[in-house]
Amino acid sequence: MTRIELTVNGEKRSDEVEPRLLLVHYLREVCGLRAANVGCDTTSCGACTVLLDGRSVKSCTVLAVQAAGHDVLTAEGLSAGGELHPVQAAFRQSHGLQCGFCTPGMVMATVGLLAENPHPTEEEVRAGLEGNLCRCTGYHNIVQAVLAAAEANTEVSA
Amino acid sequence: MIPAAFEYIPAESSAHALDLLAEHGDDAKLLAGGHSLLPMMKLRLAMPEVLIDIGSLEELAGVRADDTDLVIGATTRHADLAASELVRAEAPLLAYAAAQVGDPQIRHRGTIGGSLSHADPAADLPMALVALGGSVEIEGPGGSRLVAADDFFQGFFETALGPDELLTAVRVPRRPGVPWGYQKFVRRSNDWAIVGVAAVDGRIALANMGPTPLRAIAAEQALAQGASPAAAAEHAADGTSPGEDMHADREYRKHLARVLTRRALDHETG
Repeated sequence: MTRIELTVNGEKRSDEVEPRLLLVHYLREVCGLRAANVGCDTTSCGACTVLLDGRSVKSCTVLAVQAAGHDVLTAEGLSAGGELHPVQAAFRQSHGLQCGFCTPGMVMATVGLLAENPHPTEEEVRAGLEGNLCRCTGYHNIVQAVLAAAEANTEVSA
Repeated sequence: MIPAAFEYIPAESSAHALDLLAEHGDDAKLLAGGHSLLPMMKLRLAMPEVLIDIGSLEELAGVRADDTDLVIGATTRHADLAASELVRAEAPLLAYAAAQVGDPQIRHRGTIGGSLSHADPAADLPMALVALGGSVEIEGPGGSRLVAADDFFQGFFETALGPDELLTAVRVPRRPGVPWGYQKFVRRSNDWAIVGVAAVDGRIALANMGPTPLRAIAAEQALAQGASPAAAAEHAADGTSPGEDMHADREYRKHLARVLTRRALDHETG
Protein backbone atom coordinates (compact mmCIF):
# COMPACT_ATOMS: atom_id res chain seq x y z
CA MET A 1 0.00 0.00 0.00
CA THR A 2 1.12 3.54 -0.69
CA ARG A 3 -0.05 6.66 1.09
CA ILE A 4 -1.24 9.42 -1.22
CA GLU A 5 -2.05 12.99 -0.32
CA LEU A 6 -3.99 15.02 -2.81
CA THR A 7 -6.82 17.50 -3.18
CA VAL A 8 -10.19 16.29 -4.45
CA ASN A 9 -12.83 18.94 -5.15
CA GLY A 10 -11.02 21.37 -2.91
CA GLU A 11 -10.75 18.97 0.02
CA LYS A 12 -7.35 17.69 1.16
CA ARG A 13 -7.30 13.91 1.46
CA SER A 14 -4.83 11.31 2.65
CA ASP A 15 -5.47 7.66 1.82
CA GLU A 16 -3.69 4.33 1.72
CA VAL A 17 -4.10 2.82 -1.73
CA GLU A 18 -2.78 -0.10 -3.72
CA PRO A 19 -0.43 1.25 -6.40
CA ARG A 20 -2.50 -0.44 -9.10
CA LEU A 21 -5.70 1.36 -8.08
CA LEU A 22 -6.96 3.44 -10.97
CA LEU A 23 -7.90 7.04 -10.29
CA VAL A 24 -11.48 6.44 -11.41
CA HIS A 25 -11.85 3.59 -8.90
CA TYR A 26 -10.23 5.71 -6.19
CA LEU A 27 -12.74 8.50 -6.83
CA ARG A 28 -15.77 6.19 -7.00
CA GLU A 29 -14.95 3.66 -4.31
CA VAL A 30 -12.66 5.40 -1.85
CA CYS A 31 -13.98 8.97 -2.12
CA GLY A 32 -17.58 7.95 -2.89
CA LEU A 33 -17.71 10.30 -5.88
CA ARG A 34 -19.70 8.50 -8.56
CA ALA A 35 -19.93 11.17 -11.27
CA ALA A 36 -16.95 9.87 -13.24
CA ASN A 37 -18.23 6.71 -14.97
CA VAL A 38 -16.29 3.72 -16.16
CA GLY A 39 -17.41 3.37 -19.76
CA CYS A 40 -15.00 1.69 -22.15
CA ASP A 41 -12.15 1.35 -19.65
CA THR A 42 -9.71 1.72 -22.60
CA THR A 43 -9.00 5.49 -22.80
CA SER A 44 -11.49 5.89 -25.62
CA CYS A 45 -14.93 7.02 -24.46
CA GLY A 46 -14.15 9.81 -22.00
CA ALA A 47 -16.96 8.98 -19.55
CA CYS A 48 -14.35 8.97 -16.75
CA THR A 49 -12.98 12.43 -17.61
CA VAL A 50 -11.95 14.56 -14.62
CA LEU A 51 -9.64 17.55 -14.32
CA LEU A 52 -6.13 16.97 -12.98
CA ASP A 53 -4.52 20.31 -12.14
CA GLY A 54 -7.13 21.92 -14.37
CA ARG A 55 -6.55 19.73 -17.42
CA SER A 56 -8.94 17.06 -18.63
CA VAL A 57 -7.70 13.47 -18.23
CA LYS A 58 -9.27 10.04 -18.52
CA SER A 59 -9.20 8.70 -14.99
CA CYS A 60 -9.35 5.07 -16.17
CA THR A 61 -5.80 5.53 -17.46
CA VAL A 62 -4.29 7.35 -14.50
CA LEU A 63 -3.15 5.58 -11.34
CA ALA A 64 -4.34 7.09 -8.09
CA VAL A 65 -0.69 7.25 -7.01
CA GLN A 66 0.04 9.45 -10.05
CA ALA A 67 -2.45 11.99 -8.69
CA ALA A 68 -0.56 12.28 -5.40
CA GLY A 69 0.34 15.90 -4.75
CA HIS A 70 -2.09 17.09 -7.39
CA ASP A 71 -5.52 18.65 -7.59
CA VAL A 72 -8.47 16.59 -8.87
CA LEU A 73 -11.83 18.07 -9.83
CA THR A 74 -14.89 15.93 -10.58
CA ALA A 75 -18.37 16.99 -11.65
CA GLU A 76 -19.43 16.90 -7.97
CA GLY A 77 -16.96 19.71 -7.31
CA LEU A 78 -18.28 22.06 -9.98
CA SER A 79 -21.36 23.54 -8.38
CA ALA A 80 -20.97 25.89 -5.47
CA GLY A 81 -23.67 26.76 -2.93
CA GLY A 82 -26.35 24.84 -4.80
CA GLU A 83 -25.80 26.86 -7.98
CA LEU A 84 -25.05 24.91 -11.12
CA HIS A 85 -21.72 25.66 -12.78
CA PRO A 86 -22.31 27.62 -16.03
CA VAL A 87 -21.36 24.55 -18.07
CA GLN A 88 -23.82 22.37 -16.15
CA ALA A 89 -26.50 25.03 -16.55
CA ALA A 90 -25.84 25.20 -20.28
CA PHE A 91 -26.09 21.41 -20.63
CA ARG A 92 -29.44 21.52 -18.83
CA GLN A 93 -30.72 24.49 -20.79
CA SER A 94 -29.68 23.07 -24.18
CA HIS A 95 -30.65 19.52 -23.20
CA GLY A 96 -27.12 18.40 -23.95
CA LEU A 97 -27.79 14.79 -23.03
CA GLN A 98 -29.97 11.82 -23.72
CA CYS A 99 -29.28 8.86 -21.42
CA GLY A 100 -26.82 10.90 -19.37
CA PHE A 101 -24.05 8.32 -19.01
CA CYS A 102 -21.46 10.38 -20.92
CA THR A 103 -22.61 13.66 -19.37
CA PRO A 104 -20.22 14.01 -16.40
CA GLY A 105 -17.29 13.34 -18.73
CA MET A 106 -18.66 15.69 -21.37
CA VAL A 107 -19.14 18.42 -18.77
CA MET A 108 -15.62 18.01 -17.36
CA ALA A 109 -14.07 17.91 -20.85
CA THR A 110 -15.99 21.08 -21.62
CA VAL A 111 -14.79 22.85 -18.48
CA GLY A 112 -11.23 21.91 -19.48
CA LEU A 113 -11.77 22.98 -23.08
CA LEU A 114 -13.22 26.38 -22.15
CA ALA A 115 -10.35 26.99 -19.73
CA GLU A 116 -7.92 26.55 -22.65
CA ASN A 117 -10.10 28.20 -25.28
CA PRO A 118 -12.87 30.36 -23.78
CA HIS A 119 -14.50 31.17 -27.11
CA PRO A 120 -14.26 28.16 -29.40
CA THR A 121 -15.84 27.90 -32.82
CA GLU A 122 -18.25 25.03 -33.42
CA GLU A 123 -15.46 23.19 -35.23
CA GLU A 124 -13.14 23.72 -32.26
CA VAL A 125 -15.83 22.42 -29.91
CA ARG A 126 -16.22 19.26 -31.96
CA ALA A 127 -12.43 18.75 -32.10
CA GLY A 128 -12.12 19.61 -28.42
CA LEU A 129 -14.63 16.91 -27.47
CA GLU A 130 -13.24 14.24 -29.78
CA GLY A 131 -12.16 12.27 -26.72
CA ASN A 132 -15.74 11.91 -25.47
CA LEU A 133 -18.25 9.54 -27.02
CA CYS A 134 -22.02 9.80 -26.71
CA ARG A 135 -23.47 6.42 -27.65
CA CYS A 136 -26.91 8.03 -27.96
CA THR A 137 -25.21 10.16 -30.64
CA GLY A 138 -26.63 13.27 -29.04
CA TYR A 139 -23.77 15.43 -30.22
CA HIS A 140 -25.84 18.22 -31.72
CA ASN A 141 -27.24 19.45 -28.41
CA ILE A 142 -23.96 18.79 -26.60
CA VAL A 143 -22.16 21.09 -29.04
CA GLN A 144 -24.94 23.67 -28.66
CA ALA A 145 -24.55 23.46 -24.87
CA VAL A 146 -20.81 24.07 -25.07
CA LEU A 147 -21.31 27.05 -27.37
CA ALA A 148 -23.99 28.40 -25.00
CA ALA A 149 -21.64 27.98 -22.05
CA ALA A 150 -18.94 29.89 -23.95
CA GLU A 151 -21.46 32.59 -24.74
CA ALA A 152 -22.36 32.80 -21.04
CA ASN A 153 -18.65 33.21 -20.35
CA THR A 154 -18.61 36.22 -22.66
CA GLU A 155 -21.58 37.78 -20.89
CA VAL A 156 -19.98 37.31 -17.49
CA SER A 157 -16.63 38.74 -18.54
CA ALA A 158 -18.16 41.60 -20.60
CA MET B 1 -9.72 -3.94 -15.98
CA ILE B 2 -7.15 -3.91 -13.21
CA PRO B 3 -3.39 -4.15 -13.77
CA ALA B 4 -1.46 -6.93 -12.06
CA ALA B 5 0.05 -5.85 -8.75
CA PHE B 6 3.37 -4.00 -8.82
CA GLU B 7 5.65 -2.02 -6.57
CA TYR B 8 5.48 1.74 -7.22
CA ILE B 9 8.57 3.88 -6.74
CA PRO B 10 8.54 7.60 -7.57
CA ALA B 11 12.01 8.53 -8.83
CA GLU B 12 13.54 11.57 -7.14
CA SER B 13 15.84 12.39 -10.08
CA SER B 14 16.91 10.87 -13.37
CA ALA B 15 20.04 9.55 -11.59
CA HIS B 16 17.76 7.87 -9.05
CA ALA B 17 15.69 6.39 -11.88
CA LEU B 18 18.87 4.94 -13.42
CA ASP B 19 19.88 3.43 -10.06
CA LEU B 20 16.45 1.86 -9.74
CA LEU B 21 16.67 0.48 -13.29
CA ALA B 22 20.08 -0.98 -12.51
CA GLU B 23 18.67 -2.59 -9.39
CA HIS B 24 15.47 -4.03 -10.86
CA GLY B 25 16.51 -4.62 -14.49
CA ASP B 26 13.95 -6.33 -16.69
CA ASP B 27 11.40 -6.48 -13.87
CA ALA B 28 10.99 -2.70 -13.95
CA LYS B 29 9.27 -0.30 -16.32
CA LEU B 30 9.49 3.46 -16.42
CA LEU B 31 6.19 5.30 -16.01
CA ALA B 32 5.68 8.87 -17.23
CA GLY B 33 2.24 9.70 -18.66
CA GLY B 34 1.35 6.03 -18.71
CA HIS B 35 -0.84 6.32 -21.79
CA SER B 36 0.86 3.48 -23.64
CA LEU B 37 1.97 1.43 -20.63
CA LEU B 38 -1.17 1.50 -18.45
CA PRO B 39 -3.52 0.26 -21.21
CA MET B 40 -1.08 -2.61 -21.82
CA MET B 41 -0.92 -3.34 -18.10
CA LYS B 42 -4.71 -3.32 -17.83
CA LEU B 43 -4.85 -5.91 -20.62
CA ARG B 44 -2.01 -7.80 -18.85
CA LEU B 45 0.07 -7.52 -22.00
CA ALA B 46 2.63 -5.94 -19.67
CA MET B 47 3.08 -7.07 -16.07
CA PRO B 48 6.10 -5.23 -14.67
CA GLU B 49 6.89 -5.98 -11.05
CA VAL B 50 8.16 -2.48 -10.44
CA LEU B 51 7.02 0.86 -11.85
CA ILE B 52 9.52 3.70 -11.61
CA ASP B 53 7.61 6.96 -11.93
CA ILE B 54 9.58 9.68 -13.73
CA GLY B 55 6.46 11.69 -14.59
CA SER B 56 7.05 14.39 -12.00
CA LEU B 57 10.74 15.03 -12.70
CA GLU B 58 11.05 18.69 -13.69
CA GLU B 59 14.54 18.07 -15.06
CA LEU B 60 13.09 15.85 -17.80
CA ALA B 61 10.34 18.21 -18.99
CA GLY B 62 10.24 21.30 -21.16
CA VAL B 63 11.57 22.63 -24.45
CA ARG B 64 14.73 24.66 -25.03
CA ALA B 65 16.84 25.55 -28.04
CA ASP B 66 20.60 25.45 -28.57
CA ASP B 67 22.40 26.76 -31.66
CA THR B 68 21.23 24.00 -33.98
CA ASP B 69 18.54 21.95 -32.26
CA LEU B 70 15.40 22.02 -30.22
CA VAL B 71 15.99 19.95 -27.11
CA ILE B 72 12.75 18.49 -25.78
CA GLY B 73 12.64 16.85 -22.38
CA ALA B 74 11.42 13.26 -22.44
CA THR B 75 8.42 13.87 -20.19
CA THR B 76 7.16 16.86 -22.16
CA ARG B 77 3.48 16.19 -22.72
CA HIS B 78 1.93 16.17 -26.19
CA ALA B 79 -0.34 19.13 -25.37
CA ASP B 80 2.66 21.21 -24.25
CA LEU B 81 4.66 20.21 -27.32
CA ALA B 82 1.75 21.17 -29.59
CA ALA B 83 1.30 24.53 -27.83
CA SER B 84 5.01 25.44 -27.55
CA GLU B 85 5.75 28.66 -29.47
CA LEU B 86 9.35 27.52 -29.84
CA VAL B 87 8.36 24.20 -31.42
CA ARG B 88 5.70 25.81 -33.61
CA ALA B 89 8.30 28.24 -34.94
CA GLU B 90 11.34 25.97 -35.28
CA ALA B 91 9.84 22.55 -36.02
CA PRO B 92 6.18 23.07 -36.91
CA LEU B 93 5.80 19.52 -38.21
CA LEU B 94 6.52 18.23 -34.71
CA ALA B 95 3.97 20.55 -33.08
CA TYR B 96 1.39 19.47 -35.64
CA ALA B 97 2.19 15.78 -35.10
CA ALA B 98 1.82 16.18 -31.34
CA ALA B 99 -1.63 17.70 -31.88
CA GLN B 100 -2.69 14.61 -33.89
CA VAL B 101 -2.01 12.13 -31.08
CA GLY B 102 -5.18 10.62 -29.61
CA ASP B 103 -7.50 13.23 -28.17
CA PRO B 104 -7.17 16.22 -25.79
CA GLN B 105 -7.25 14.09 -22.62
CA ILE B 106 -4.58 11.76 -23.99
CA ARG B 107 -2.42 14.71 -25.06
CA HIS B 108 -2.64 16.12 -21.53
CA ARG B 109 -0.97 12.97 -20.17
CA GLY B 110 1.12 11.29 -22.87
CA THR B 111 4.78 12.22 -23.21
CA ILE B 112 7.13 12.38 -26.19
CA GLY B 113 9.67 10.09 -24.54
CA GLY B 114 6.97 7.58 -23.73
CA SER B 115 5.56 7.58 -27.24
CA LEU B 116 9.00 7.15 -28.83
CA SER B 117 10.05 4.40 -26.40
CA HIS B 118 6.78 2.57 -26.97
CA ALA B 119 7.63 2.69 -30.72
CA ASP B 120 4.22 1.92 -32.18
CA PRO B 121 4.88 1.95 -35.96
CA ALA B 122 1.45 3.56 -36.51
CA ALA B 123 2.05 6.41 -34.05
CA ASP B 124 2.54 10.08 -34.90
CA LEU B 125 5.67 11.10 -33.03
CA PRO B 126 7.98 8.27 -34.13
CA MET B 127 7.15 9.07 -37.76
CA ALA B 128 7.63 12.79 -37.14
CA LEU B 129 11.05 12.23 -35.54
CA VAL B 130 12.20 10.14 -38.51
CA ALA B 131 10.96 12.76 -40.99
CA LEU B 132 12.70 15.54 -39.10
CA GLY B 133 15.99 13.67 -38.87
CA GLY B 134 15.89 13.98 -35.10
CA SER B 135 17.68 11.97 -32.46
CA VAL B 136 17.26 10.88 -28.86
CA GLU B 137 19.54 11.38 -25.88
CA ILE B 138 19.89 8.24 -23.81
CA GLU B 139 21.49 7.87 -20.41
CA GLY B 140 22.63 4.60 -18.93
CA PRO B 141 25.14 3.09 -16.56
CA GLY B 142 27.90 3.69 -19.13
CA GLY B 143 27.11 7.39 -19.61
CA SER B 144 25.07 9.13 -22.26
CA ARG B 145 24.73 8.56 -25.97
CA LEU B 146 22.89 10.14 -28.87
CA VAL B 147 20.98 7.86 -31.25
CA ALA B 148 19.58 9.03 -34.59
CA ALA B 149 15.89 8.36 -35.21
CA ASP B 150 16.78 6.13 -38.16
CA ASP B 151 18.73 3.85 -35.80
CA PHE B 152 16.49 4.14 -32.74
CA PHE B 153 13.49 2.24 -34.11
CA GLN B 154 14.68 -1.33 -34.55
CA GLY B 155 11.55 -3.46 -34.83
CA PHE B 156 7.89 -3.80 -33.97
CA PHE B 157 7.61 -1.96 -30.62
CA GLU B 158 11.38 -2.38 -30.32
CA THR B 159 14.00 0.34 -29.91
CA ALA B 160 17.71 0.76 -29.25
CA LEU B 161 16.91 1.59 -25.63
CA GLY B 162 18.41 -0.93 -23.21
CA PRO B 163 16.54 -2.14 -20.11
CA ASP B 164 18.92 -0.17 -17.88
CA GLU B 165 18.71 3.02 -19.95
CA LEU B 166 16.60 6.16 -19.79
CA LEU B 167 15.55 8.29 -22.75
CA THR B 168 16.12 11.77 -21.36
CA ALA B 169 15.58 14.15 -24.27
CA VAL B 170 14.72 14.44 -27.94
CA ARG B 171 16.71 16.54 -30.40
CA VAL B 172 15.20 18.01 -33.54
CA PRO B 173 17.06 20.30 -35.94
CA ARG B 174 15.83 23.91 -35.91
CA ARG B 175 14.46 24.68 -39.34
CA PRO B 176 12.06 27.61 -39.24
CA GLY B 177 10.22 28.30 -42.47
CA VAL B 178 11.03 24.98 -44.15
CA PRO B 179 7.90 23.71 -45.92
CA TRP B 180 6.45 20.45 -44.65
CA GLY B 181 3.42 18.22 -45.06
CA TYR B 182 1.64 15.74 -42.84
CA GLN B 183 -0.98 13.17 -43.71
CA LYS B 184 -2.73 10.74 -41.40
CA PHE B 185 -5.38 8.45 -42.83
CA VAL B 186 -7.87 7.23 -40.22
CA ARG B 187 -11.46 6.03 -40.18
CA ARG B 188 -12.28 7.45 -36.74
CA SER B 189 -11.09 10.74 -35.33
CA ASN B 190 -8.72 9.52 -32.63
CA ASP B 191 -7.40 6.33 -34.19
CA TRP B 192 -3.86 5.40 -35.05
CA ALA B 193 -2.92 5.98 -38.67
CA ILE B 194 -3.93 3.29 -41.15
CA VAL B 195 -1.08 4.93 -43.06
CA GLY B 196 0.68 8.15 -42.19
CA VAL B 197 3.18 10.29 -44.10
CA ALA B 198 5.34 13.16 -42.86
CA ALA B 199 7.53 15.06 -45.30
CA VAL B 200 9.97 17.88 -44.72
CA ASP B 201 12.84 19.18 -46.82
CA GLY B 202 13.27 16.11 -49.01
CA ARG B 203 12.85 13.57 -46.21
CA ILE B 204 9.76 11.40 -46.19
CA ALA B 205 8.68 9.15 -43.31
CA LEU B 206 5.88 6.59 -43.35
CA ALA B 207 3.79 5.30 -40.45
CA ASN B 208 2.25 1.82 -40.36
CA MET B 209 3.97 0.67 -43.55
CA GLY B 210 6.22 -1.79 -41.72
CA PRO B 211 7.37 -2.81 -38.26
CA THR B 212 8.96 0.60 -37.63
CA PRO B 213 8.41 4.09 -38.99
CA LEU B 214 10.16 3.95 -42.38
CA ARG B 215 11.93 6.37 -44.70
CA ALA B 216 10.46 6.37 -48.22
CA ILE B 217 13.99 6.13 -49.62
CA ALA B 218 13.07 5.57 -53.28
CA ALA B 219 10.76 8.58 -53.28
CA GLU B 220 13.41 10.70 -51.54
CA GLN B 221 15.97 9.69 -54.18
CA ALA B 222 13.57 10.53 -56.99
CA LEU B 223 13.02 13.96 -55.49
CA ALA B 224 16.75 14.50 -55.11
CA GLN B 225 17.18 13.64 -58.79
CA GLY B 226 14.67 16.30 -59.76
CA ALA B 227 11.43 14.33 -60.06
CA SER B 228 8.21 16.24 -59.48
CA PRO B 229 6.45 15.57 -56.16
CA ALA B 230 3.75 13.62 -58.00
CA ALA B 231 6.32 11.46 -59.82
CA ALA B 232 8.41 10.93 -56.68
CA ALA B 233 5.33 9.94 -54.70
CA GLU B 234 4.76 7.02 -57.06
CA HIS B 235 7.80 5.41 -55.39
CA ALA B 236 6.60 5.97 -51.81
CA ALA B 237 5.71 2.31 -51.20
CA ASP B 238 8.72 0.81 -53.04
CA GLY B 239 10.42 -1.83 -50.94
CA THR B 240 7.77 -1.81 -48.21
CA SER B 241 5.79 -4.82 -47.05
CA PRO B 242 3.09 -3.42 -44.78
CA GLY B 243 0.92 -5.60 -42.59
CA GLU B 244 -2.70 -6.39 -43.26
CA ASP B 245 -5.62 -5.99 -40.87
CA MET B 246 -9.36 -5.29 -40.93
CA HIS B 247 -8.69 -1.71 -41.99
CA ALA B 248 -6.52 -2.31 -45.01
CA ASP B 249 -4.76 -5.01 -47.01
CA ARG B 250 -1.20 -4.66 -48.26
CA GLU B 251 -2.01 -3.25 -51.69
CA TYR B 252 -4.40 -0.68 -50.25
CA ARG B 253 -1.79 0.48 -47.74
CA LYS B 254 0.71 0.88 -50.58
CA HIS B 255 -1.86 2.86 -52.55
CA LEU B 256 -2.46 5.08 -49.52
CA ALA B 257 1.27 5.62 -49.08
CA ARG B 258 1.58 6.90 -52.65
CA VAL B 259 -1.46 9.17 -52.47
CA LEU B 260 -0.64 10.54 -49.03
CA THR B 261 3.00 11.12 -49.97
CA ARG B 262 1.93 13.19 -52.97
CA ARG B 263 -0.27 15.29 -50.67
CA ALA B 264 2.46 15.61 -48.05
CA LEU B 265 4.96 16.68 -50.71
CA ASP B 266 2.43 19.31 -51.77
CA HIS B 267 2.68 20.52 -48.14
CA GLU B 268 -0.86 19.57 -47.29
CA THR B 269 -1.96 18.61 -43.80
CA GLY B 270 -4.80 16.32 -42.95
